[in-house]
Amino acid sequence: MPKRTDIKSIMIIGAGPIVIGQACEFDYSGAQACKALKAEGYRVILVNSNPATIMTDPGLADATYVEPITPEIVEKIIAKEKPDALLPTMGGQTALNTAMKLDSSGALKRHGVELIGAKADVIDRAEDRLKFRDLMAEIGIESPRSVIAHTLDEARAALATTGLPAVIRPSFTLGGTGGGIAYNKQEFEQIVAGGLEASPTTEVLIEESIVGWKEFEMEVVRDKADNCIIVCSIENVDPMGIHTGDSVTVAPALTLTDKEYQRMRDASIACLRKIGVDTGGSNVQFGLNPADGRMVVIEMNPRVSRSSALASKATGFPIAKIAAKLAVGYTLDELDNDITKVTPASFEPTIDYVVVKIPRFTFEKFPGTPALLTTSMKSVGEAMAIGRSFAEALQKGLRSMETGLAGLDPVDAPGDGGHDAFRAALSTPRPDRLLIAAQAIRAGLSIADIHDCCKFDPWFLRELERIIDAEKSVAANGLPKEAGAFRRLKALGFSDKQLAALTGKKEADIATARLALGVTPVYKRIDTCAAEFSSATPYMYSTYEGGYGTPACESDPTNREKIIILGGGPNRIGQGIEFDYCCVHAAYALKDAGFETIMVNCNPETVSTDYDTSDRLYFEPLTAEDVIALVRREQQNGKVLGCIVQYGGQTPLKLSLALTAAGIPILGTSADAIDVAEDRERFQQLLQRLGLLQPENGIARSAKEAEDITDRIGFPVVIRPSYVLGGRAMEIVYDRTGLHRYMREAVIVSGDNPVLIDRYLNDAIEVDVDCICDGETVYVAGVMEHIEEAGIHSGDSACSLPPYSLSPSMITELKAETEAMAKALGVVGLMNVQYAIKDGTIYVLEVNPRASRTVPFVAKATGVPVAKIGARVMAGAKLATDFKLDDESIAPHVAVKEAVFPFARFPNVDTILGPEMKSTGEVMGLDTSFERAFAKSQLGAGVVLPESGCVFVSVKEADKKGLPLLARRLTEMGFSILATKGTAARIRDAGFPVKTVNKVLEGRPHCVDAIRSGEIQLVINTASTPQSVADSFEIRRSALTHQVPHYTTIAGARAAVHAIAALKTGTLEVAPLQSYFRGSF
Amino acid sequence: MSIAIEAIVDRLGGPEAAARLTGVSTEAVRKWRQAGAVPSRHWAAVAAATGLTMDELRGDTPMPNSDIPPGATAALVLADGAVFWGRGFGAHTGATPPVGEICFNTGMTGYQETLTDPSYAGQIITFTFPHIGNVGTNLEDIEAASIAARGVVVKQDVGEPSNYRSTQHLDAWLRARGIAGISGVDTRALTARIRDGGPPTGVIVYPADGRFDLAVSRAQAEAWPGLEGMDLAKEVTCAQSYSWDETTWAWSTGFGKQTDPKRHVVAMDFGAKWNILRCLAAAGCRVTVVPANASPDDIFRHKPDGVFLSNGPGDPAATGEYAVATIQAVLAKGIPVFGICLGHQLLALALGGRTFKLERGHRGANQPVKDLTTGKVEITSQNHGFAVDLSTLPASVTPTHVSLFDGSNEGLACPERNAFSVQYHPEASPGPSDSHYLFHRFVEMMDRRA
Repeated sequence: MPKRTDIKSIMIIGAGPIVIGQACEFDYSGAQACKALKAEGYRVILVNSNPATIMTDPGLADATYVEPITPEIVEKIIAKEKPDALLPTMGGQTALNTAMKLDSSGALKRHGVELIGAKADVIDRAEDRLKFRDLMAEIGIESPRSVIAHTLDEARAALATTGLPAVIRPSFTLGGTGGGIAYNKQEFEQIVAGGLEASPTTEVLIEESIVGWKEFEMEVVRDKADNCIIVCSIENVDPMGIHTGDSVTVAPALTLTDKEYQRMRDASIACLRKIGVDTGGSNVQFGLNPADGRMVVIEMNPRVSRSSALASKATGFPIAKIAAKLAVGYTLDELDNDITKVTPASFEPTIDYVVVKIPRFTFEKFPGTPALLTTSMKSVGEAMAIGRSFAEALQKGLRSMETGLAGLDPVDAPGDGGHDAFRAALSTPRPDRLLIAAQAIRAGLSIADIHDCCKFDPWFLRELERIIDAEKSVAANGLPKEAGAFRRLKALGFSDKQLAALTGKKEADIATARLALGVTPVYKRIDTCAAEFSSATPYMYSTYEGGYGTPACESDPTNREKIIILGGGPNRIGQGIEFDYCCVHAAYALKDAGFETIMVNCNPETVSTDYDTSDRLYFEPLTAEDVIALVRREQQNGKVLGCIVQYGGQTPLKLSLALTAAGIPILGTSADAIDVAEDRERFQQLLQRLGLLQPENGIARSAKEAEDITDRIGFPVVIRPSYVLGGRAMEIVYDRTGLHRYMREAVIVSGDNPVLIDRYLNDAIEVDVDCICDGETVYVAGVMEHIEEAGIHSGDSACSLPPYSLSPSMITELKAETEAMAKALGVVGLMNVQYAIKDGTIYVLEVNPRASRTVPFVAKATGVPVAKIGARVMAGAKLATDFKLDDESIAPHVAVKEAVFPFARFPNVDTILGPEMKSTGEVMGLDTSFERAFAKSQLGAGVVLPESGCVFVSVKEADKKGLPLLARRLTEMGFSILATKGTAARIRDAGFPVKTVNKVLEGRPHCVDAIRSGEIQLVINTASTPQSVADSFEIRRSALTHQVPHYTTIAGARAAVHAIAALKTGTLEVAPLQSYFRGSF
Repeated sequence: MSIAIEAIVDRLGGPEAAARLTGVSTEAVRKWRQAGAVPSRHWAAVAAATGLTMDELRGDTPMPNSDIPPGATAALVLADGAVFWGRGFGAHTGATPPVGEICFNTGMTGYQETLTDPSYAGQIITFTFPHIGNVGTNLEDIEAASIAARGVVVKQDVGEPSNYRSTQHLDAWLRARGIAGISGVDTRALTARIRDGGPPTGVIVYPADGRFDLAVSRAQAEAWPGLEGMDLAKEVTCAQSYSWDETTWAWSTGFGKQTDPKRHVVAMDFGAKWNILRCLAAAGCRVTVVPANASPDDIFRHKPDGVFLSNGPGDPAATGEYAVATIQAVLAKGIPVFGICLGHQLLALALGGRTFKLERGHRGANQPVKDLTTGKVEITSQNHGFAVDLSTLPASVTPTHVSLFDGSNEGLACPERNAFSVQYHPEASPGPSDSHYLFHRFVEMMDRRA
C-alpha cells in the first residue's frame, strides 16, 4: 500500500520549550518526521515555540511557525495554512494534548483537518486511565488494582481497595507531574490534593503499589496493515516506583526468559491493537513481580517518546521517521532499513551489545527539595553508553555523566558507614543509589542483603560485584602486565583515570602502560542485526572486547579530510539543546563544504546523535581518553583536520587542553585565546589594553582573600567559582555574613579552584552580544537586551532582539567593543559577550569565545545561519569573501526569548530568579512589536497574561521608585491593585487606588490567602535580602501552584504590563518564519 | 600416555626413514624435533608404521604453554586454521572434541530453548548476544530431552542466574549434559566471518588438563565432512512411537494437558521441537509421534486425520532418501499434511522439488516473513541452512511465504494434495508467537476433510 495521495499538506506540532519530561528527544523525532514527510512530497507545516530546535530550521518545513503552542494559536495557523492532516504524535504530551483540545473544540472538524498517526479516540483510550484499564482487562492483561477518584472523598474510599502504600497518578499530566507514592494517610491526602489540581480533568488514579517490582518497556511499531514489530525492550535497573525517565535503564531486557519476554511482547502488541493505534510508534510499560512473574501493564503512550528516542539510538532503528511514513499510509515492508540499506524496516532489530542509559539530575540547583525519586520525573537529561557487556556500558555511562565520576567510583559511605546505614540509604530512592549499592558491596554487604533494600535485580548487583572484584585485584596487584589481561580489565569499562586512582599513579602513566602493551579500544558498528548483514552506516561505539585474542575493529576510517565535532553530552541546566543545535549545524555546514564530518556525543535525545546527521558517528563519552582514542583511530587513514570544541558548551571546551597536549589540532579559536578569556588576570590585562571597563573585581583563593577584595570593592558582590557554566553556585552577596556563609558552605575554594568576586551593579541593563570572527573580520550577529536586570543569570532572563530601550549610539558602541575584543583575542568562530550598562556606562561582564546558548535564538531571529557560518569560518572560510553578511540592516520585527522553569516539579523550591541558572528551556515570541513579541513569549512559556482582574504587588525598597508608573498603567487598563503595606503606601502616595493586604507574617487573611482563593490574577513580587526572600516565599510558591502569572523582577513586571496592553488592543496574529526572511535562508 | 618426539623418530627408524615415510625432507623432520611434535597430517602414516595411538602421538607438551594466552582454558579451532581462544565452561572435552558447523543465532532471549532444539544437531552455536546464562536454566524451557547441538560459543563469561524459575546455572546444566562451551570469544567478529565466508567447520577444545594441540584440533575439523549430504535426523529422532498430550505454557499454570482432542495427528519426528507438539495439542489434536524412518503403514495404522512433518537437522536431501517415499504415500491418500522447517523441505522434495544449501543460513528470532496470501508480515523464529529451490516445484505448488531478508522461500501450499508447510518456526520457543495461527489452519484443513 503506497503513501496516501488524498492528503497534500500535513501539520506537525512540536513539543515547545525543553522542560523536565520533554527534552530534545522531540526535536529529534520531529526533525525526522519533517524530513521524512517533506521527502515524500507533502507540504509540511510546523509549529513549535522553541527556537533552539533543528526542526524549526526554515529548510525543514515548508511553513515554520515559531509561535506559542496553544489551541487558539494553533487553530489560527490551521485557518491560515489549511493543512489536510495533523500529525500529533511527534511533539510529546504537548502536541497530543493540543491536538485533543483542537479536536474536542471542533476546530479540526471546522477546518477539515484529519488526525493521522493517532486519532482522538485512540489518544483518549490510551490516556484515560480508567478506560485504559478496562480495555486491558477485556483482553486479559492485568493492571495494578486501582480506583479513579475525582475528589478527596472518593480517594479516601479507594484505599479500601488498594491499601497503602498507594500510587497516585493524575490524568493527562506530563511526566507524571503531581503524582507520587503515599506510605501513610497524611502523605496520601497531600499527594491526592496536589494531583487533582495538576490534572486538567481533576482526576487521579489511585493504585495498588507495585513498588519494588521490576519495570520494563516495549517500543512497538504498528502499520495500517496490522504488521507489528518490537523495536526494542528496555529494562529499568531501578525498580517500579521510580519514573522511568529517572531510572537507570538497560537495553535490551537482560533478566527475562524467552517465555516472559514473549508474553510481554504479545501483550504490548495486543495493547496497541485494542487501543487502536493503527500507525506509528508506541511505548508500553510493564511491571513484573520478581517473585512469581506476575505481569501488569502500567501505561502506554500512543506516540513517540523519550524511550522511543532511546530505543532508536540503542538499535539504529529510526522510529520517528518510520512512524511518520506509516502515518501517511506506507506499510513496514515497503520501507527500507536505512542502516543496512539491504533489509526492510519490517523486522525486529537485534543487538549484540548492551546499552545503558543514566539520568542526570540537578537537585543541587534546587535547595529545599529533597533529592528523592518518585513517580514524578525530576531528571533534566541523560547519557547513553554502549558496550559489549553491561559492566562496560555502565562504566562508560557513568563517566559520560560529567558529574565528576570516572566510572563506578567509590562514594562516601552513608551515615556512620555501618551496614544499617547502608541498608537505610539503599531503601531510599535517591539518585545515587547505584553508587551506594556498589559502595555497599565494597563495605561487605551481601548481594542478597542489598537486593532486599533497593530491589535492583541481583543480576545487575553481581555485575557491580564483578567490577569491584577487578578493582580490588588492581589495587592489590597493580596493573596487568600482559595485553590480554589489560584488555579484559578495560573491557569492564574502567577508564585510565579510575585505574590511576586505584594504583596511585597518574592517568597519563596508565595510558602509557596500556599503549605500550598495544591495548586500544576497537570500534564496533550499530547495525540493527547483530552482524547478520554487513552495515553501510558508520554508527559506532568503542569496546575493549576483552577475550583472549586481538578483537576486530570495524571503524574502517576513510581517506578523506575530516573534521571531528565534539558534542555537549547529557542535557543539564545551563547546557542543553542550544549546544546540540550548534553541533548539528556545524555538521551540516561542513558536510556541504565537502569535509567528512565525524560527530562524537553520548546524549541519546539529540539530533546530533542521529545516524545521518554526520558522515560518521561515534556514540562515546566526552572524556579526553575516549576522544583521543577515536581520533587516533581516525588518523590511521585520511587526514583529521581538527576537532571543533567550541560548539558543545563547556563539555568539549574542557577537553581542549588535553587534545592540544596530545597534538590533536583544534579548529578555530586557539586554546590560548580561550585561556585569555577564561583567566581573570589575563582577561583584565586585555580589557585594560583595549580601554574597556569591567566591574571592580578580584580572585580569592581563600576566605581571607575574599574579605580583602570586598573591603576594597564593597558590597553587594557577585561571587562564583571559576570555570562553571549555568551560574552554578553563583550568588549575590550583600554583606560580610553572607560572604562567610558562602565561603564556608557553597564552594570548596583552593589554589586550583579560586572564586571570582565582582562588584554587583544595581539596576544595570544586561546585554548579550553574539558575533562571528574569522580573525580579521567581525560580524555582529545579534545584540540582545535582557528584560531582567543584570544579576539575574542570562539564561534565566528574557531578552529582546533588537534591543527595545537602548539608543542607536549605545548599540554602535557595544558592537565596537565586541569587535575590538574578538580581534584582540584572535577569535576564529563564534564569540559571546555579556555586558552590563549602568547609567550609560558599558561594563564587560564576561566573554565566551565559543558558541553561546543564544546562538540558535539569534539565528531564528535574524535569519542568518550563525552556527553554520561560524563552523565554516573555523574550517578556513572568510567572512568578507565567502558570505554575504550585513550587520547594519535593521529587521522590521522583534524576537523575544523567554526562559522556562521546572519549579513546579520541585516542591518547596523558591521561584525567585538570581545569578544561578534554573531554567530548562526557552521559547521565542516573534512579532512586529516588542510588546506583542513579549506577550507571545509569555504565552509560549505557558503564562497566560490576564487582561483584567486584580494585581497583587509587593516589591523591595529599591523597586519602589518604579511603582507609580506601573500603577498608572495597571489602573488605566482597568486592573485593581492589592499591595502589602509599604508598597501600597507608595502607590497611594502617587495617587492611584490600591487596597492593602497583610504580609504572611502579619496575620490572616493575608496575601497568600488571596492568591489561594483565586482573587489574584497577576503577582508582582520582588525581594533581595535573604530575610525578605524567605518571608515572601509563600507568595511565589502559591502563585506557582495556583498557576497565577507572577514576576519576580520589576523589569519583568514592566514588560508584562506592556504586553497586556498590547493584548488588549487586539488578538495575536501568526506568521511563518519564512515570511520574515523571504529568500534569506 | 604420550611419547617423546625422539622416541617416535627412533621407532620410525631415524630421521631419514621418518622423512621417507611421510614424504617430507629431513629438514622438516628436524623441525618436528624442535617443535616437539609430529604434525597431525602425518599421524595416520606414523601410527600405521609404529603402532602408536593418536593419543601417544600428541607429544608430551603438544603446545608450548607460552603460546596459550594467559587465562585461556579453551579454544575454538576452525578448519581453516583460525583459532579463537577463550574460557571453557560446561563439560570438558576429551580426545574427540565436539566438531561441527559453526552457526550463529541472533536471538536475545531463549538460549535454553535454542540449545535443546534438535535441529542444531551437528552444529556449534554462536550466540551473538553477549550475555548468555542470565536467567539460568529451568525444567520447562526445553525443546527436547537432550542437547543435539555440539557446543556453545559466547562472548561473556556465564554469571550467576537471576530468575524466579531458574533451577540450575547454565554452566552446570551444560556440564551435566556433556556439552562444552567457550566464552571470551569476539562473537561479532566470528559472526561476520560466518556471514562473509559461509559457515566454517570447527572444534571446541576444553581439555581438563589444559593441554592443547591446535594442529590435531584443526585436523579434526578438516576431517569433518560437513552437513551437506548428512542425514542427522536419524540421530535425533525418537526410537519408537509415543503419544503426546502436553499443551503450551502459560504463566502461573505452566504446561496444560489436552484431555479432549478433536483430531488425531501423526507427527513424523525428524528432530521435533516439543513446542510444535504442544502447539498441535493446544490446537485440539491428539499427537502420535513416529520415528523418522516410519513406513507408510506405520503411519496409516494410527488412522491419522493429518500428518505432521517435523523440523530437524541436516541435509533434507539425505533424510529425504527414505522419508520422501513415505510422505508421497501419505500425500497420495489425500491426508492433510503440514510441515515445518526440515518438514517443509521434505514436503517440497516429495512434491518433486529440490533443496539447496543457503549461502547464509537464517538463525534468529527477528526474521520477517511475508504471507503472500494476506500481504501481512510475521516476525518469525528461524533456524535453517537449507532452502527450497522454488524453480524446481511443479505448477500445482504455490509459494505462500517469502523471506523479506533475502527473498528465499518460506512457505508453500499444494491445495490439491491438502498439504502446506513453512520454512520458519511458527511454534516459536524461542521467538515471537505471530505465526501460531498456522496450527489452527492445519486443524481447519483436517476439519474440512473430516
